[in-house]
Amino acid sequence: MAETRYMTINMGPQHPATHGVLRLLLELDGEIVVRAVPHIGYLHRGVEKLAESLTYHQALTLTDRLDYTSGLSNNLAYCLAVEKLLDIKIPKRAQYLRVMFAELQRLAAHLIWVATHALDLGAMTVLFYAFRERETILEALELVTGARLTPSFIRIGGLAKDIPDTFLPRVKAFVEDFPKRIDEYETLLTENIIWKKRTQNISVMSGEECINYGVTGPVLRASGVYYDVRKAYPYSSYEDFDFEIPLGKKGDIYDRYLVRLKEMRQSNRIVKQAVERLPEGPIAAFDATLFVPPAKEAVSKDIAALIRHFKIMEEGFHPPRGEVYASVESSKGELGFYIISDGANKPFRMRIRPPSFVNLGALPKMIEGHMVADVVAAIGSIDIVLGEIDR
Amino acid sequence: MQRNVPELLREKFPQATLKVEEFRGETTITVGREKIRDVMLFLKENENLLYDLLLDLSGVDYGDEIPRFGVSYLLHSMRFNDRLRIKIRVAEGASLDTVSDVWRAADWMEREAYDMFGIAFDSHPDLRRILMEEDFTGYPLRKDFPLKGADFSKPFTVCLEEEK
Repeated sequence: MAETRYMTINMGPQHPATHGVLRLLLELDGEIVVRAVPHIGYLHRGVEKLAESLTYHQALTLTDRLDYTSGLSNNLAYCLAVEKLLDIKIPKRAQYLRVMFAELQRLAAHLIWVATHALDLGAMTVLFYAFRERETILEALELVTGARLTPSFIRIGGLAKDIPDTFLPRVKAFVEDFPKRIDEYETLLTENIIWKKRTQNISVMSGEECINYGVTGPVLRASGVYYDVRKAYPYSSYEDFDFEIPLGKKGDIYDRYLVRLKEMRQSNRIVKQAVERLPEGPIAAFDATLFVPPAKEAVSKDIAALIRHFKIMEEGFHPPRGEVYASVESSKGELGFYIISDGANKPFRMRIRPPSFVNLGALPKMIEGHMVADVVAAIGSIDIVLGEIDR
Repeated sequence: MQRNVPELLREKFPQATLKVEEFRGETTITVGREKIRDVMLFLKENENLLYDLLLDLSGVDYGDEIPRFGVSYLLHSMRFNDRLRIKIRVAEGASLDTVSDVWRAADWMEREAYDMFGIAFDSHPDLRRILMEEDFTGYPLRKDFPLKGADFSKPFTVCLEEEK
């Protein structure tokens, strides 16, 4: 009698295709995955606990370190939640600049994704092309924020400072050029037979399954579900911009790839509109004097402003009691912050709703019944960042 | 389509619907612990509600309040495009029913609430720690857990003395 025995192998935590420190226990029948159990937490730093010991302004710096490929989107989500709690209105110029930063950051994050995902599946050239454009974006963002990885530039009430004059011409040149670059990536991958064979009909998720697993972002939209926070709950003036939400049909890895590439074109459109229509005005809600520190010029002229600045920076502010949730569509899915305030100058509880964490929960479902080599493709297709999963 | 979610819930579960709050345009309904599964199934399956996406599940430690813990569920309805927060209060040592069979998304989220707060979920398929290591003791997000962790309370000079 032949006996069926499964072999258990360990993948990660140090494995180049797990995009960080993800460990998977795979139970294999030959080369077919029977069961997969993800183990996470290797990068846990206790961000939610740390936030409870910092003032609202200080806690902002923690958010950069969640999804470290899109620091500005994380800043935005956090600031939106605190601003909702404080009930303050942000000036249009700041809102448009926030949209511009968030979309540039999405482009940078998607470029990393297309580069590493293709590299995982053996297409190395894409990496060199994608990193070239990512460099252009990061240099432009560095010009404004002074940082490539941890900007902390979007602040509660607006922005840290206004953009320099050289920024907009750079961005304009980039958005004119970028659609042609996406065409280049497409010539490398979209009709590539090897690429199609590795990605089509692999790790298929139906729309209902995705919703049941709580999956959001491009993975959900690749399964044909129309859900994007930018359209469902518009924030930061997204309703002023003209853009579409690309959807897939089958919900396989190839569709996720197509959806993300189309999304990049849409983001480019949004950035273009934001550059063209950028209004003049203040870059922060300086009229909310209790919560937003005064502008630098005011601090050096007015003693009252100096005192206020000192107080907000030193002691922080005391928001009303209550609980709020605000979210943005980050490059990975819905990134939300749930903040409970007890009236103190520090958050009573700050819960982060990380898209990668929830999406990774669906990974066993995606890979069971597929080959070991497809595991690598599936992990790449959800676009996880462990900094956000483990927090 | 207009619908009044708290009203629908009150009609169906008059005893279990404890409190309805509105803050900054968000609706929070506090529900009794015993009825959680019935309420959640109703919210997901009733054709006027259809909350099919569990966006978030979050544990909360209220410190000195009684009952001490809380669990907040954030739901989204694809059909009606709105959000609803359901809140449940749990006493220390008590447990509540899992909703991981209503929404699979709750599987990992409940594990995290268990890991961070020690809130137990009955009949959860795989209630293990998720972010902390399996032999970890204590629940990090509880208010009485030291910020630096339990091992760091000793001053460095004391550690040096002990080494000698």
